[in-house]
Amino acid sequence: MRAFTYQRVSTPAEAAAAAARTPGSRFIAGGTNLLDLMKLEIETPTHLIDVNHLGLDKIEPTKEGGLRIGAQVLNVDLASDARIRRDYAVLSRALLAGASAQLRNKATTAGNLLQRTRCPYFYDTAQPCNKRVPGSGCSAIGGYNRNHAIVGHSEACIATHPSDMAVAMQLLDAGVETVKPDGSTRTIPIADFYRLPGNTPHIENNLMAGELITAVTLPRPLGGRHFYRKVRDRASYAFALVSVAAVVQPDGSGRVALGGVAHKPWRVPGADASMAGGANAVVERLLAGAKPTADNAFKVTLVQRTLESVLAEAKKG
Amino acid sequence: MDDPIETNIARRNVLKTGALAATATAVPLSAMAQAPNAGTATATTPAVPASAPVTSKVKLRVNGKQHELTVDTRTSLLDVLRENLHLTGTKKGCDQGQCGACTVILDGRRINSCLSLAIMHDGSEVTTIEGLGQPGKLHPMQAAFVKHDGYQCGYCTPGQICSAVSVLDEIRKGVPSHVTADLNQKPLLSIDEIRERMSGNICRCGAYSNIVDAITEVAGGKA
Repeated sequence: MRAFTYQRVSTPAEAAAAAARTPGSRFIAGGTNLLDLMKLEIETPTHLIDVNHLGLDKIEPTKEGGLRIGAQVLNVDLASDARIRRDYAVLSRALLAGASAQLRNKATTAGNLLQRTRCPYFYDTAQPCNKRVPGSGCSAIGGYNRNHAIVGHSEACIATHPSDMAVAMQLLDAGVETVKPDGSTRTIPIADFYRLPGNTPHIENNLMAGELITAVTLPRPLGGRHFYRKVRDRASYAFALVSVAAVVQPDGSGRVALGGVAHKPWRVPGADASMAGGANAVVERLLAGAKPTADNAFKVTLVQRTLESVLAEAKKG
Repeated sequence: MDDPIETNIARRNVLKTGALAATATAVPLSAMAQAPNAGTATATTPAVPASAPVTSKVKLRVNGKQHELTVDTRTSLLDVLRENLHLTGTKKGCDQGQCGACTVILDGRRINSCLSLAIMHDGSEVTTIEGLGQPGKLHPMQAAFVKHDGYQCGYCTPGQICSAVSVLDEIRKGVPSHVTADLNQKPLLSIDEIRERMSGNICRCGAYSNIVDAITEVAGGKA
C-alpha cells in the first residue's frame, strides 16, 4: 500500500471542500472495498478523508412520506431497520443477500453504492483493463467472462456492478443526495447516477470531483409483495450471477430490476408495463439488445427463469 | 523442555507458511466469493517507490486494556493487534476480507480486522479471542469448540469463535439474515440461520458440522 496522509472532518461541506482542495484524495467510510483496492495498489490515494463522523448515520422520515437514509448508515443497520423491513422489504432482502455479516457490520450505504467491479481483470494488475488503466484494453472480452455483463456493455468494458443494495434502490426510484465542494446540494435520481461503460468505463457515476454523498432518499412505500431473488454459485457469500428485484401488486402489475447483468443496476422504462403479461414479455423488453458472450449466454435463460419463479411465488399469495 | 520463546517463534513461522499455502489453494474459489476482492488477486504491482511513511497516534482499548500507539497510517487493525500488541490469537488468512480468520469484535460488532485501518478506530473497544477467555477460564463458546472438535488445524478457529459469539448476540438483538423467513418477526435460532450467519468464516479443514454443533450447544440446544 502507498503511504497517505489522513484527516477526519466533521461536516459534509468540509469533507467536499477538503477533497476538492487535495488532489489525489479519497473519502473513506467503511473501507471494506477501498482498503482492499489500496493493498493491491489499484487505488493509490495520497490523502484519505474520513467521513465517518459527519452525523450521517440516521434513518429519518421525509415530508413526502418516504425515508432518508444517511450515507454512513451501516448495511446491517439499514437491513435491520423495522421501517425498511416492513415497507421496503426488497431493500432489506437485497442487503442481506450481499457480502458477509462482518462486512455488513462495516460497509456503509454510500460506500456500497460506490463499490467497484469485481471483474478479475480489474483486480489483476498484470492484465490490461480499461477501467483500471484507460486505453489499455479489455482482457475480459475473449477471456474468462462467465460472470460478466450481457446488456449495456461496450467494446471497452463488459464488467458488472456488484452491489445488491443498489439494485433494490434502483427498483424503488431512490434519490442520491450530495454536497458539492462549493457547499451546494443536489439530489440525483438513481436512474441517472450510474453510467454505462461506453468509451470511459473508468468513470462509473455522475458525481463531480469532490462531491460527497450525504443520503439516499426513498419515496413513499409501494405496498405489494417484495422479492429479491439472487442466483449465485454457492448458497451464501458470493456475488450474483443474476438477481431479480421485484415488487408485485395484487393485480399482477409491478416493477422489476436486475443485478449481475450490466455495468449498473438494470431497469428498463416500459418493461414494468409488461408485468401482467408474464416473465417472457418482461424479459423481452428488459434484455432487448442483449449481447452475451459464449460463456455467459446462460444468464439470459437464468434471468427469464428467475423472474418466472418470482412471479409464480407472487401469484401464490 | 524447549525454550518457550524459541518454540513460539518456530510455531509462528510454520503458521505464516501455512497461511500462504492456504491462500494459494483458495484462488480458484475466489472468483465466486463475495468479498471485497473476489478476483485473481495474486498479481501485485511491482514495488514502486512510495512517498515517506506517515504516522499517526491512536488510542485503543483492547480486551479491557488501554493502549496508546503511534502507527503508520497504513496499518490495519489486524496488524496492530498482532505486530504491535502481540495478540497473535487473531489470524491473518487472506488479508482481503474473504476468509474471516481475522474476525474480532469492534465496539460490540464483529468485523474483518484486516479491512480496517487502526487509525480510524481511535477510542474504540476491541475484543479478540484472548479477551473472550483464557486457558483455565474459557468462554463457553471456546469450551464448546473444544468439546465438539470444531476445528482441525485451528487456524480459522479464533475468527470462527469471535464470529459465533456475535451470531448469538445478533440473533438475540433481532438482526435478520438472508434465510430469515419473515422479516417482521424476530429471527429464530436454527441450523440454517447459524450456517448462513457463519458464511463469512471459511474453514478449509471442513469442520463446519462440528462448529454448528458447538454453537447450537451454547445457544441452548434449541437448533
